Amino acid sequence: MKPLLEIKNAVKTIYNDDETLNILNDINLTINPKDFLVVLGTNGAGKSTLLDAITGTNKLTSGQILLNGEDITSENLAKRSRHISRVYQDPKSGTAPRMTVAENLLLAKRRGLPRRLRLRKLKDNMPEFEKLISNLPTLDKRLNTFTDKLSGGQRQTLSFLMAIIQRPELLLLDEHTAALDPQTSKDLMELTNRIILEKQLTCMMITHDLSDAMKYGNRLIVLKKGEIILDLNQTEKDKLTESDLLQYF
Amino acid sequence: MNLIVSTISQGFIWSIMAIGLFITFRILDFPDMTVEGSFPLGAVTAVSLIQSGHSTIYSLLIAFVFGCLAGFATAFLYAKLNVPILLAGILTMTALYSINLRILGKANMSLTKSANIFNQFGLDKLPTNFNGIILGIIIIAIIIFLLILFLNTEKGQAVIATGDNETMAASLGINTTVMKFIGLMVSNGIVAVTGGLIAQQNGFADVNMGIGVIVIGLSAIIIGEVIYPDVPLSIRLITVVIGSIVYRLILMIVLQLGFNTNDLKLISAIILALCLALPTIRAQFLKVLRNGVKTK
Repeated sequence: MKPLLEIKNAVKTIYNDDETLNILNDINLTINPKDFLVVLGTNGAGKSTLLDAITGTNKLTSGQILLNGEDITSENLAKRSRHISRVYQDPKSGTAPRMTVAENLLLAKRRGLPRRLRLRKLKDNMPEFEKLISNLPTLDKRLNTFTDKLSGGQRQTLSFLMAIIQRPELLLLDEHTAALDPQTSKDLMELTNRIILEKQLTCMMITHDLSDAMKYGNRLIVLKKGEIILDLNQTEKDKLTESDLLQYF
Repeated sequence: MNLIVSTISQGFIWSIMAIGLFITFRILDFPDMTVEGSFPLGAVTAVSLIQSGHSTIYSLLIAFVFGCLAGFATAFLYAKLNVPILLAGILTMTALYSINLRILGKANMSLTKSANIFNQFGLDKLPTNFNGIILGIIIIAIIIFLLILFLNTEKGQAVIATGDNETMAASLGINTTVMKFIGLMVSNGIVAVTGGLIAQQNGFADVNMGIGVIVIGLSAIIIGEVIYPDVPLSIRLITVVIGSIVYRLILMIVLQLGFNTNDLKLISAIILALCLALPTIRAQFLKVLRNGVKTK
């Protein structure tokens, strides 16, 4: 199978006064299509930096990133966004607060495409948006609500829908349920899993929740001090318990 | 009566500048000091061109282009060279002082003997000061129509998204740098056109006529928001016009009460400060009121 994403010898170095620190230390990682990869690791292990490097938000110091065999290491964020979408931890990061739910969805529908000087045709897209949110009690009938009037959970659900409305080749979830209350977090995680399986998306999800890490995904890696110290497939993962995982922290 | 009509006329014309400022202050979400330079830039450009025999419409079009260039300079400093936006605006504004002097050749120039747009196209046949109101309404209608049209395009939505949440906009592949350039250029273009109009209305251009215009523009925006909170973006552009007229009426009343005209800038700043503080004052007042009711 041809890999979707290949990260080769990725190094990210930061310089603090006299100290040099490798946030990512020679990471090698291959993600195949339909992988649902769960990433675990302590704070500062390099998880978000790895996602930043994949999206192009923060460039690598050295190393290479290939998407569908094509080198995207030097490509900017805009070009990469055609293929890669991301949901951030903070519900406020993923949506435009003074735009309505529908306007946000329309923005996301043109992810990675040029923004032309032509009318946006919001009304034409409303039936599709209504269908998209019809099974979501939190957002149903709220297409014309301004996003700043939504709760954190509603905003994060919207962020997730924005990330998948135009099918991404790679979906990145950066602790996207961490800032939510337990019930909302559970609901969003179940929605996430359902849509990933239904649409057969390739996904890389960072989480600190060990039970979510055990329950979801077909592959698991643990990062520590910028290195991958554990990489398990579904069969290997099934043999582990949460307490087994704890020893890697 | 004539004074009120004159004040409303001023309110209409100045609201065009406030609409320009609205693009940066409310849509892109940052204060742009460039307007204090692009406003007189529009004035000196228009007056110089009219004095050298060009038409008033042509002079305003060139004023718009020059205003856009001023916005481009600030955008370049801010979005390309990472100069903080306040400093970028101040730098362009400072540079424009010299450029304005170069364009005009002196500190001020009168337009009394030249034709101006307020006396053309049949506007001179209207009763005193109504020409300003009619011309203001026509220009405002054109600008608001074009702005609403633009903001409803994919590019316009990208500009709004950039001001609303730059991280999100960038992650959706929007080139936020380009959007900042567009916003700053269009904003300062509109402000410069207003400079050209005010110069023609007043009959002169002065390189110092930009001092305090940001306060006038912000006052119009804030007053509009205080009167009409929580309205859609397209309606907010109209509330800016209403805010501008109300602001002019407040100034007129204050001056009629016998305040010295030398204190105009001080009064303007106090009015803006009061408007900005109004939500806090109102909240405090309600809190005190509630506590008072509980104590009883």
